[in-house]
Amino acid sequence: MFDDFFIRALIAGLGIALVTGPLGCFVVWRRLSYFGDTLAHSALLGVTLAYSFELNIALSVFIISSLIALILIQLQKKTNLPGDALLGLLAHSSLAVGLVVIGFLTFIRFDIMGLLFGDILAVTTDDLLIIWTGGALILLVLKLIWKPLFASTVNYELAEAEGLNPDRAKAVFTILMAAVIAISIKMVGLLLITGMLIIPAAMARNISDSPQKMVLFSIIGGLLSVLVGLFSSLEFNTSSGPSIIAASLVLFILSLFKIKQSIKLKN
Amino acid sequence: MSSENSTLVKLNNAGFKQNDKWLVEGVSLTVEKGKIVTLIGPNGSGKSTTAKIALGIYKNIEGSVEKYTNKVGYVPQKISIDWTLPLRVYDFMLLTENIKDEAIDEALTLTGVIHLKNKNLGNLSGGEFQRVLIARAISKKPELLVLDEPVQGVDYTGEIALYELIKRISDTLNCGILLISHDLHTVMTATDHVVCLNGHVCCSGSPMDVAKNNEYKTLFGEQASQILSVYEHKHDHVHSDKGEIKKN
Repeated sequence: MFDDFFIRALIAGLGIALVTGPLGCFVVWRRLSYFGDTLAHSALLGVTLAYSFELNIALSVFIISSLIALILIQLQKKTNLPGDALLGLLAHSSLAVGLVVIGFLTFIRFDIMGLLFGDILAVTTDDLLIIWTGGALILLVLKLIWKPLFASTVNYELAEAEGLNPDRAKAVFTILMAAVIAISIKMVGLLLITGMLIIPAAMARNISDSPQKMVLFSIIGGLLSVLVGLFSSLEFNTSSGPSIIAASLVLFILSLFKIKQSIKLKN
Repeated sequence: MSSENSTLVKLNNAGFKQNDKWLVEGVSLTVEKGKIVTLIGPNGSGKSTTAKIALGIYKNIEGSVEKYTNKVGYVPQKISIDWTLPLRVYDFMLLTENIKDEAIDEALTLTGVIHLKNKNLGNLSGGEFQRVLIARAISKKPELLVLDEPVQGVDYTGEIALYELIKRISDTLNCGILLISHDLHTVMTATDHVVCLNGHVCCSGSPMDVAKNNEYKTLFGEQASQILSVYEHKHDHVHSDKGEIKKN
């Protein structure tokens, strides 16, 4: 069954959507979309590293993204620059360095489009294993840190005062972000991963009145986007990443009608 | 009961400096089980800072804090909640601990906001939100309750009822309470020990002692000392020299 590239892509995509759903909610709640972008851009460096030293792509992307997150935390402590400037600095410089390194690696033929926008043909059986075991691990850890992470998202001081250790939860969450980018880079592409995190969650926000519902709808939205996106990618021969993101955008637009209704009801 | 194992939190000469400016310094106080300690003082005198030191929110402090409990309920003075989060009162009650439904209902009923249980937190008025904050803090049945201006935005009759409730909670749960108020008058009957702050401890003792204290009078003006006469006519009990209340 896994012989068919499309089946592989579907299984990979659905696995990714299960993980990006809940994580994406936290990205929206904690205003981390630009942070997600920065980690994703730095993933290119991870990919070049993987090719140069023949490492597993997911593993080297995970290492480089975590490293960039660490550098960011250090820069935030040591400099007076605002957070968004530091994020921009790291995002663009790591992307640039990644592209320069690719220029030097003339002996390897890179599919730049595939790296940036995702390529369903590239998903191997090994990737499926990485996505599903990695994804399960990410969800398990997220479940473990859910209480302190969520409480400190609502109010840091309450969480700290009542003994939940929000700083540790935040650090663990940063690692989870790097991990989700690592497992989804082949499929969605590094320019669009943040979209996969944010758009289903944003759609879910429009139609939910509790955090649990938002997580649930975010997962459902992600799964639907992957299904619709991949089938249309096959049909119209478009890149997988943009097709999935475009599908999620359609869902987001549909969710706007629900908001209009509830506002009308209130008035 | 020895004083050692009834101590919940103890500040020893504690202080906190931010951007080279002392927010508060040299504060020593002890909150014990079943006792209410009230911090009063003008704006910017370091009341909230002292509470945050006691709670362990500020890390790089001068002096030391000894905390003997992890069951803490906190009502902060200012709370900014981000409305990108869909959050009902019910979800908020479960924020830091998984509490049984009955305990949630009980706490919301005590503070008079049970009808708001399934409302979105963002749609509440200031007073309603304050009552939800208090309900959340007491529903955990904490050993230490830190209340930073807990009745702000609550109407006057509600204010008195809530202070009575706080007193009752301290008695029934036998928990220690660190209460912050800018108005000694309203909290006087519900307080065992008062610490008057103005960047440092300017005076402390039983509510009566503090109200009579000259430094307190200078800090709050002559008007403040008038509450003493009001107070003296109102009470139905006498104080021991330790500030404990004895019924007549």
